[in-house]
Order: sequence, then C-alpha cells, then structure tokens
Amino acid sequence: MVFFSDPITYITNWLANLLISWGLASDTVLVIMKLLGAAMVCIFGFSLVIFTIWLERKLYARIQDRLGPNRVGPWGIFQTFPDMIKIFTKEYITPEGADKVVYNLAPILAVSAVLLVWAVIPFAPTVFGTDINIGVLYIVAVGSIGTLGVIMAGWSSNNKYALLAAFRTVAQMVSFEVPMVLALLVPVLLGQTMGVDSLVKAQDVWFVVLSPIAAIIFFISSIAEVGRAPFDLLEAESEIVAGFQIEYSGLKFGMFYVGDFLHAFTISALSATLFFGGWRGPGAETWPVLGLAYFFMKTFIIYFFVVLIRIALPRLRIDQMLNFNWKFLTPLALVLLMVTAVVEKSLIHFMPSLNFSAVGFLIFRSLVLLLTNILIIVVTAIFLRAYARREHVRVSQPRPVAVTPEPPASVIS
Amino acid sequence: MTPMQIIFILTAAATLSAAVLVVTTRNIIHAALWLIVSLFGVAVFYVLLNAGFFAVVQVVIYIGAIAILFIFAVMLTRRLMSDSGPQSNTNWWLAAVISVLLFVGLIWMLSSWRGVTGEPPVLKSNIDTIGLLGRALVSPDGFVLPFELASVLLVAALIGAIYVAWERK
Repeated sequence: MVFFSDPITYITNWLANLLISWGLASDTVLVIMKLLGAAMVCIFGFSLVIFTIWLERKLYARIQDRLGPNRVGPWGIFQTFPDMIKIFTKEYITPEGADKVVYNLAPILAVSAVLLVWAVIPFAPTVFGTDINIGVLYIVAVGSIGTLGVIMAGWSSNNKYALLAAFRTVAQMVSFEVPMVLALLVPVLLGQTMGVDSLVKAQDVWFVVLSPIAAIIFFISSIAEVGRAPFDLLEAESEIVAGFQIEYSGLKFGMFYVGDFLHAFTISALSATLFFGGWRGPGAETWPVLGLAYFFMKTFIIYFFVVLIRIALPRLRIDQMLNFNWKFLTPLALVLLMVTAVVEKSLIHFMPSLNFSAVGFLIFRSLVLLLTNILIIVVTAIFLRAYARREHVRVSQPRPVAVTPEPPASVIS
Repeated sequence: MTPMQIIFILTAAATLSAAVLVVTTRNIIHAALWLIVSLFGVAVFYVLLNAGFFAVVQVVIYIGAIAILFIFAVMLTRRLMSDSGPQSNTNWWLAAVISVLLFVGLIWMLSSWRGVTGEPPVLKSNIDTIGLLGRALVSPDGFVLPFELASVLLVAALIGAIYVAWERK
C-alpha cells in the first residue's frame, strides 16, 4: 500500500535500510542517498528532454501544417534517438584563435545552470531535492550562472557574430532579471517565506489568483531569460546566424540545445510551482504519487503555452525588447510589489477587527488582492492607450528613410 | 581533522590562488573569470558559516551583476585583451609593505578576538536567520539608519546615472 501511494520514498527508505544493514554508518548512507538523488534528477531531466524535443517538433509541425517527425516509432516518437546518435558521432571543431578552456567550459555551465534549479523544485510532497529557506533567491542566483555560460561561449568562439550575441545576452538577460526578481517577490510576500516547498504549502489559494500580474510578468520575463522566441535575439538565425553557438559542433552544440529545451521545461515547472500550486491538488497529501501527477500535468500545460508562444510570435527588435522591459514590465512590477505589500500588510493589520473565520478570511483576502490586481490592470490599460494614441500620431508623420545628401564641397566649387 | 576543516582549507586555497591569478594573468577576460572563481569561493565560505542568504546574495550580486558587467566592459575593448607591458611599476615595494602590514595588523587584531580560538556557537536547528536579519535591518534599535543611508546612496547613484545618460532634445 505504501509502495503505491508514495513509490519514490518507499524505494529510498528500502535502499537506505539495505545499506545500513550492510554495516554502513548512517551519515555515509545519507551522503550516498543524496548523491544518488542528484544523479537521478539529472538523468530524469535529460531523459525528459528526449521527450520534449519530440513534443515540441511535433507541435511546431502541427501549427505550421506539416507532419513533423513521423518515421522512427509510432508518431515518430523515437526520432530523438537517431538524432542523438548522429550528434554523438559528429566531429568537434575548435575554431582558430578560440580560447580553448573557456570555449569548452561554456556548454557545461549552460546545462548545469539549468539542472541546478531542479535541486529546489518540489515534485511531490515527499519528493524534492532540498528545501532551503532561500529557494527563490537561489533560483535567481543560478540563472545568472547560465548568463555567464552564454557570454563565455560568445566571447571565446573568436567570431564576431558570436560576440554580438554575447552583447545581446548581457542586454537581454541582465535586464529581464529585474522584473523577474520583482515578480518573484510577490509570492514571497504572499507566502511569507522564501523556501520553494513552503511557498507551495502556502498556496491554499493559487498565487495566480491572488496576483495574476505577477504570474504573467514572471512568465514573460522567464521566457526572455531562456532566450526563446519572441526573445531569441541572442541566436537570431537571420541576423547573427545562430549567435553564441555558431562555432560549436557535435555534442558541445548538443549541450546548448539540450540546455535550451531543459530550460524551457524548467521555467514551466517554476511557474507551476510558484503560481499554480505545484503538487497541490485533491488528495495529494495522503497520496504523494497524485501530487507528482498534478505537478507534471500543470507543468506540461504551461510548457504547451511556452511552445505555442514560440511558434506563434515573430522575433522582437532589440530596442522593442529593451523598451518593453524597462518602460513597461519593470515599472509595472515595482508598482505591483508596492501595492501588494501595502494591501497585504493592512489586511493582516485589520484582520482581528474583521471577525472572519479562517475560510472567510481566505476568500476575503483573495477577493481584495484580485480586485487590486484588476485595478492595476485597468490603470495600465489606460496608460497604454494614451501611449498608443501618441505613437499613432508619431508614426503617421512622414519619416523619409533616404534623404538627398548634400553635394560634396568639391562639386559646388 | 573534521570534514568541515578539509572543505575549508580546500576552498581557502582555491579562493586565494584564484585571487592571485586575477592580478597576475595577462588576459583580461581570464582575470575576470578568475575573479568569478574567487567570489564563488567566498560564497562557499558563507555556506560553511551557515549564512545561506549571504552566499546566494554573493552569487546574485557579485557574479550575476558585477562580474558580468566587468566582462561586458572588457569585451567592448577587444584590442586591449592581452596586455604585454610590465605588470608592476616602481612603487611595487610600497604596495608589498602596506599589504604585509595590513595582513599582520588583521592577524594581530583577530588573534585577540575569542571567536578565532574558541568553538563556534551552535545555532538552534529551526532558527529563522533571514527573518532575524530582515527585522534587524528595519527595526529602530537595529540597523535602520545605515540601511536607509545605503538606500539613499543607491537612489542618488541611480539619479546620477540617469542624469549622465539623459539626452537633451
């Protein structure tokens, strides 16, 4: 019975007891179990990517009215395996004048930065790597290591397109970190904790209901952090021919490729955990395996939207992207954070005089926070409308692209 | 020797050698990358001291922001990537004397502090260090004045940056 309700904990306990019965010290067993757990999470992540690559190609094909992979296995589901074998056997090419150590270190950093995030994601009530009390900040910190990997790849390739991509990376990832962190602070405020598992436990009402704006800002800015369309300026095939990964071949390119897909899945998992209640659902506490199912259901639904956005939207220009970040997302996130803090604090302050039951207060709090968010959305829409009117006037002015140049001085004389 | 001490010695060696390499390596980008290794070592020290919050903040601010800005600034000056001139000037002995004096002074000062020789105090297992830190930063009998002064300084820097970058039409 225990096995069916919570298989992973059951197997872990069984293995730990087995090791102890072999005469190992309990500390050593703990270290071995942690190492095994970390290895399992990594292997699981990589195997998941094999599936999501197929899924994404299939979805891509459907929307573009193609068939997509359809030869290897039913619906082409094993297409990724021949692709993997091909990429394993490809030659490694190191460009002339490349910085060898940095060049080889970059793909490893890019993938490991994504895998590190998985250490704090709670998959089920009993299945999580570790619940550190600074989980949210840890996610942000690990994200900056990924940025470093991309910059190192772009610089060390000794290629001007790669270098351009590195510049764009700094402009994009470092700027979008600002609204992302501000949006992440809203769940921290609402849950009054920074641990990821504690945040899941605090979501009696999903945070997406309490603060839809924070969820949307986090979703958009994390897509930008991944560098996917419409924010894929750092690889922009049509301008800088795949950008920072242009000089990479074989498995080194494969690392970036896998890192990209894994990152997209990771941000879906993060959105599901922080805003959609993670493993929470009916019966998840007593049957942790159900929690696992809820978690992956939510994650895959969000992942579907990530893919959909990638397929449907064209790439932004760099000035549009930066304006969108600094003139729209960041001020909005700042206002949201301040308003949420004031509303939440005054709710807690006036709670004793309101005389609500626990459930009544929960509903009242959700309604107040939701209304506050809707109010902010309305005000934002009014501002955007005024901006759009001004822009219409500006764009309708004649702006000649080519101006007749002044004749050079020699011609006049 | 406890495992903790072994980890400490390894981290200290890595941090210090990376710090030396920052100033001795001739390639500026490599210097910036070694600086990142060194800063990361400091983050590990914070973890060893049970200060997870500071460790993560160290990574976010120093590696995620400052080191990346360093690299960005260096990348804009590609021709100066490798420095071939002498790495020290005639005042090197003065710097060496000051560094040695500073080191000796720090050692002398710390040796009289009982935290160096004594056992570290044992933390309660469920202590909320972040909550305590947050309250200390905003409580009137804590550090509210330095905290607010630092915030005002940052705001001034922001306004200054905007003023410098402002393009008058």
